[in-house]
Amino acid sequence: MNSNQKISVILVVLAGGFLAFRAATAEFGKVYSKTETVTFSEEVKQEVGDRVTPWTTEKVVERSEARDESGALAPGVHVNMSRTIGLWVAAVGTLCMMSFLVGDNVLYKIVEAVVVGASAAYAMVVGFWTGIIQNLFGKLAPALVRNSVLPGTPGDQVSEYIYIVPLVLSVLMLWRLAPAGGWIARWPLAFFIGATAGIRLIAYLEADFVQQIATTIVPFLVAAKDGSFDLASSVKNVTIVISVLTCLVYFFFSVEHRGAVGVTARVGIWVLMITFGAGFGMTVMGRIALISDRLSFLFYDWLWLPKPGIDA
Amino acid sequence: MRDFLENLDRRWVFLAMGLSIAIPMLLGLQFPEEPSDMARSVFEAVEELPEGSNVLMAYDYDPASKGELEPMAAAFTRHCAERKHKLYFITLWPAAVPMLRQNIAILESEYGDHYKYGENYVNLGFRPGNEGVIKVVVSDLGELYTNDVDGVSVTEIPMTRNIKNIQQMDLIVNVSAGTPGAKEWVQYAATPFGIKMVAGVTGVGAPPLYPYIPKQLTGLLGAIKSAAEYEQTLLDAYPTLAENPKSQEALRRMGPQLIAHVYIVILIVLGNFIFFTGRKRGVAS
Repeated sequence: MNSNQKISVILVVLAGGFLAFRAATAEFGKVYSKTETVTFSEEVKQEVGDRVTPWTTEKVVERSEARDESGALAPGVHVNMSRTIGLWVAAVGTLCMMSFLVGDNVLYKIVEAVVVGASAAYAMVVGFWTGIIQNLFGKLAPALVRNSVLPGTPGDQVSEYIYIVPLVLSVLMLWRLAPAGGWIARWPLAFFIGATAGIRLIAYLEADFVQQIATTIVPFLVAAKDGSFDLASSVKNVTIVISVLTCLVYFFFSVEHRGAVGVTARVGIWVLMITFGAGFGMTVMGRIALISDRLSFLFYDWLWLPKPGIDA
Repeated sequence: MRDFLENLDRRWVFLAMGLSIAIPMLLGLQFPEEPSDMARSVFEAVEELPEGSNVLMAYDYDPASKGELEPMAAAFTRHCAERKHKLYFITLWPAAVPMLRQNIAILESEYGDHYKYGENYVNLGFRPGNEGVIKVVVSDLGELYTNDVDGVSVTEIPMTRNIKNIQQMDLIVNVSAGTPGAKEWVQYAATPFGIKMVAGVTGVGAPPLYPYIPKQLTGLLGAIKSAAEYEQTLLDAYPTLAENPKSQEALRRMGPQLIAHVYIVILIVLGNFIFFTGRKRGVAS
């Protein structure tokens, strides 16, 4: 047994022991809900009459509100099995992902594959209903879409035949899956690349070039609202301008970086290093926030440990 | 000492990191927050709008960045609800639809007495096309959004009936975890059409957006620290929110965050100590 396996066994035994202790001493790992009947407004009742049967929905109940003073479940509240299973899947999945810290293992790989597969399928289904059904067929054949899959499609919407163009391009794109003539897919691809490049070029020119130059044209000596000298804003503006200029000089390779140009470029690289350091710091902060969120989920949503300041 | 540190199993480092977050969290360690000028400017952008203004809530994040952005998004939602603005929820990320629903659940559970679907808020959901969607909706919302997220026609929803495009919005509030996100909203909506915009982004995404401030972006919240500052500003302005523990999620996270940052600083110092002492002794690193 290598060290990774030893650590894994110890962790599993500790976690199992804690779960057994927790199960014996307190309640945890459940989601409560209440069944609610969807009620229709008088307007809808008049319009649909008896054609639509009222249905029910499950509303999640906070665990602090699930039980009454005697400790029994409040009227109408019950354990929601599907959400409870979801909670356990999320908790076990989180632990499997975290097991990568001990070393690469089969549990991590399984959960990783589930995440990739589920995300791809989810994006595909959402994309199908919003892109293909609503945006494409909803424009080409609104009456058909309204009467078959999407009753909310506006009744006054007429067919827009211009949408045949994206339909044809989409079919051409899928042609690469055919056994022959896969080169046809290059035509729509060329169109998309050209159109995207054009659209992005204009946006970049306006937002990231012209506007950024304008933002750099700032006064070195700033007056406060009461007319006095605003030292902080002045220093800030000078720093901005010097940083921009020195960084530009660093990326100017047509002149050898010696003498005054070399000194300026050296200041530029220092500015870049400070920027990268700030970026690294922000990244660390973000990553810690993510771990913090996962631990919060495990401690409070799954294990129901008392939340300081709220439960205790 | 140096040899011990150099040969330390990295799993001890991970364990210490886990404990540095878990222990302060379980103890409820929390520190006072002093809102920065940036957090205040974001707050002012929402606050100074007249009651009932149109606000586009463009939430472009998924469960992977939920831990970092959810407290921020919830704070934006609560602030807009306190100001009784009309909220139009929209996203460019397919996996963000449940995130929109979570924010709408805040409106239903905490502001249900004066927030009604279709009259005060609407969930327009996701449309594929990345920045192409922004490009279209700035000139014609109905071209892409004929229905809300549940398939109800926008012509039947009172608050969308008269909305031609998002130039009619008084403010864009964007919470973004990457591309498409805040940068695209600045490039395709805020800059060319002069629509006022504030954003909340992940720590990784914040540095490239700072150059847009203040002309193209009124304010920017970067990572959980800014979210905590924003929550504090909200609590100062609306003291009744203090009774709602859910409105202080980012503030609660700052205790573990601080201890973990101190731990990282110690690791960096120790790492440099090992490097420089090794170099002095001529050890190849």
